[in-house]
Amino acid sequence: MNDKADVWQGTLALMVLKTIESLGPLHGYGIARRIEQTSGDVLTLNYGTLYPALLKLEQEGYLASEWGVSDNNRKAKFYKLTRTGRRQLEKETRNWEQTTAILARFLAASEEPL
Amino acid sequence: MKSLRAWLNRFTGLFSNQRREQEFAAELEGNLQLHIDENIRSGMAPAAARRDAILKLGGLEPTRQAYRERGTLPFLETILHDLRFALRQLVKYPGFTLTAILMLTLGIGASVAIFAFVDAALLKPLPYPNPSTLVDVNESVPLFPRSNLSYPDYLDWKRLNQSFSSFDAYTGNGYLLNSPSGIEPVAGMRVTDGFFHTLGVAPLIGRDFYTGEDLLSAPRTLILSYATWQKRFAGRKEVVGQTVSLSGIPYTIIGVMPDTFEFAPRNNAEFWTTMHAAGSCDLRRSCHGLYGVARLKDGVSIQAALANMSAIAQQLERQYPNDNRGQGAMVQPLAKYIVGDVRPILLTLLGGAGLLLLIACVNVASLLLVRSESRKREIAVRGALGAGPARLARQFITEGVALVSIGTALGLLVAYGTMRILLSLISKDVMIHMPYLRGLGLNLHVLGFAAVIALFAATIFSLTPILRLSFAEMREGLTEGSRGSAGVLWRRIGANLVVLELAIAVVLLVGAGLLGKSFYHLLRVDLAFQPDHLATLEADLPETVYPKDAQMAAVRKQLLDRIAALPGVGSAGMSTDLPVSGNGDTDWIRFVGRDYNGKHNEVNERDISPGYFTTLKTKLIRGRFFTAEDDATKPLVVIINQALAKLYFPNEDPIGKRIGDTTLSPKSIKQIVGIVDDLREASLDGQIWPAVYYPIDQDTGISGFNIVVRTTQAEQNMLPTLVATIHQVDPGIGTTGEATMVQHINDSPTAYIHRTAAWLVGGFAVLALLLGTIGLYGVIAYSVSQRTREIGVRMALGAQRASVYQLILKEGARLAVWGIAAGIACSLATTLLLRSILFGVQSWDIATLATVAIVLAAAALLASYIPAHRAASINPVEALRAE
Repeated sequence: MNDKADVWQGTLALMVLKTIESLGPLHGYGIARRIEQTSGDVLTLNYGTLYPALLKLEQEGYLASEWGVSDNNRKAKFYKLTRTGRRQLEKETRNWEQTTAILARFLAASEEPL
Repeated sequence: MKSLRAWLNRFTGLFSNQRREQEFAAELEGNLQLHIDENIRSGMAPAAARRDAILKLGGLEPTRQAYRERGTLPFLETILHDLRFALRQLVKYPGFTLTAILMLTLGIGASVAIFAFVDAALLKPLPYPNPSTLVDVNESVPLFPRSNLSYPDYLDWKRLNQSFSSFDAYTGNGYLLNSPSGIEPVAGMRVTDGFFHTLGVAPLIGRDFYTGEDLLSAPRTLILSYATWQKRFAGRKEVVGQTVSLSGIPYTIIGVMPDTFEFAPRNNAEFWTTMHAAGSCDLRRSCHGLYGVARLKDGVSIQAALANMSAIAQQLERQYPNDNRGQGAMVQPLAKYIVGDVRPILLTLLGGAGLLLLIACVNVASLLLVRSESRKREIAVRGALGAGPARLARQFITEGVALVSIGTALGLLVAYGTMRILLSLISKDVMIHMPYLRGLGLNLHVLGFAAVIALFAATIFSLTPILRLSFAEMREGLTEGSRGSAGVLWRRIGANLVVLELAIAVVLLVGAGLLGKSFYHLLRVDLAFQPDHLATLEADLPETVYPKDAQMAAVRKQLLDRIAALPGVGSAGMSTDLPVSGNGDTDWIRFVGRDYNGKHNEVNERDISPGYFTTLKTKLIRGRFFTAEDDATKPLVVIINQALAKLYFPNEDPIGKRIGDTTLSPKSIKQIVGIVDDLREASLDGQIWPAVYYPIDQDTGISGFNIVVRTTQAEQNMLPTLVATIHQVDPGIGTTGEATMVQHINDSPTAYIHRTAAWLVGGFAVLALLLGTIGLYGVIAYSVSQRTREIGVRMALGAQRASVYQLILKEGARLAVWGIAAGIACSLATTLLLRSILFGVQSWDIATLATVAIVLAAAALLASYIPAHRAASINPVEALRAE
């Protein structure tokens, strides 16, 4: 268990948005599963933490939800991206890439002797 | 932006709690089932599959909790919960709730309504830009601290001063206007060219007067008021450039003032014309008919301006000793002049309303104390179950706020209603001089005031039970039938509050008593005439039709003869001023054959017809009244009043003596032929001044005068007949101000202000008495309920009913005596502030103080008798068994 990473604060929202963008409308369980799979089962995710995050994204207007039926005929709430959600995803992706790029350069630089 | 949106969603989430939770339960269940299905597919047993799914979820309840907290605002949710509980508590005790809310509503309603008036009148009285630099500038003489400017003085003051960026003069003037309903006297103003510029208001359409337009050489022009433009010219824009005829002289309309323009001192003016100084008065330095208004230069204080103007006045006094002797200067803020009369009244009323509010708050606070007493157990239980002091305090604060919110909302409604009622009680004539009341309403100032009161009340009501329930006592509260020091403590606090209430009630009652007595004195002041069965109106002769004094005299005689011949009329007379109109219209007199030091002997001057005094039934003291013989062809005569005789002829007989103007010019010399009683020319609370009465036919240019008619039937019904009769003589004669003498007196500003103050403060006092009595009753009744057992024991041991009565009544009496004593001491101090509006009664009037003490003592007796009776009727057996 200890070798698995916890989800960082703040990155969960980005993962959720990205997941929905790539897979289309999806229910909470599906999103949770997908995040785990994409991380190659490195991330541990308490599925329960996903629901307040979904609610928050919905309150902020990035997601919309509606009831539907899952592949195996279970009633489920499906989340999909709104237009502002899509914009937010692009923005956050750019931010994240920038941050990681800076961090990567920083780490690379500090390996060299001064 | 997005966080705002999220907040909003969470806020609305407060109200859809249940639905959201149901939906989430369904969502969670569905997703869990998906997980379980998948686990089963991968080969788990159903029970294990479910356990694994829940484990992965992190538990059902924590998930629900996290979701719920994200769905709403947890802090607000607790408040809502507290609020719901508070409202349930209020509904559960309707007696307490209704009483508390009623008291708060009354207190808040009264004080907010009065504050709205104060706000309109005192906080923003002038509808002009930079009102604080506008000043009222006038001459000043010992008799009139604010007396008129003369035109030559005005010109010199304007030229010489260094204090004002602009300085203008104005005066009221009556004109005869041809209107569809015949000749109509209308009020206007004559102003100098920069009048509107000084006030800082530009015309709505057309233009302002240009510099020099007030000179005699300029064409005559006028600017209309908005109301007149609408009423007489149907609001047509083309009126600018048109000509109207005023008293036979053509004027060109050059502009219209905006609807919002007000000038309180002369607010009945329908239009403004320029000064065009001409004639005997305007150009004479000793003829004072103007008022000044000026704009202070930047950085110049009122005191500096006053010093400047006084120096100029002294310089002019030296330069023109004959005309300007004793003519000083006065400068005051224009706002002070405009609201000067109503200021003390409004502040008195605000004080009264504030005291009433205080009583209401004290009463509600003591009700809350009583209730917190009976909730001791509830609080103790909640504390024992784990509610911390902060959580308990929050509950009290919520309850206090709920109570105050309801009270404030209702109070605002009451305030709005009260304001409407008070406004409708103000007569049109009075209203015209209080244009600032147009701004009356529940504006931001007033709502802010209400908010401050509400905050204050909410603080008191939250703190009272919190302080009362010191939380150390909590454990004690749980013990059955505990009888600690708490009851005693409450009785002490509650009792002190009641003493405070009673003291405030005394102050208000004394105030109301003094104001009522003032008003009573005012209406019974010696008038020296009989005001009943007198009809009055004002008539204006068109000077173009009657240019000569002889013609005017002839038509005046014709009018009096026709009116006197009417059925129901006893007699009729004329005077240039009605009695009880106020001192003013004065003349400077000098006595023939006496040394003269140049001092101005200022006296009221009235021109009257022969039948005037007999019509009024004013007594002749010595000599004779005027007769029809005293016309322009005969030697000039004068009647003086007793005050003049006493002041200037203390040891000699005035009859036959002669008086004249300050230079004793031959055409001014008149012989005294009679002395009359001191007819009240002054306002009701004014001083009787020396007065001279001249025959109207011996004076010149008297085209406007009042007709006074003594009727044998109801005088009100005669008014239309009088107007018709005058118009039979000449339809061109203007008539206005038809009223009975009694109306004239009752509607005079003095009577009006005193009546309003007496009624309103009286109303507050009655409410205060009621609230104070209820408060006392509450304290005594509570004390009896706490002492039921003790009384039962006493009676079981043989105490008589009489001694039980005594026990309780004594308690009430002790509080009442303290309250009354404290109240009388306070009222001696506070009524000193009333001095300026008291008339004929001292602020320490013994009779009033004694009456109030008796009334309050009686009320206190009643308030304690009811609980005393209940105590005396206690059945000792039941009282002992009850616990």
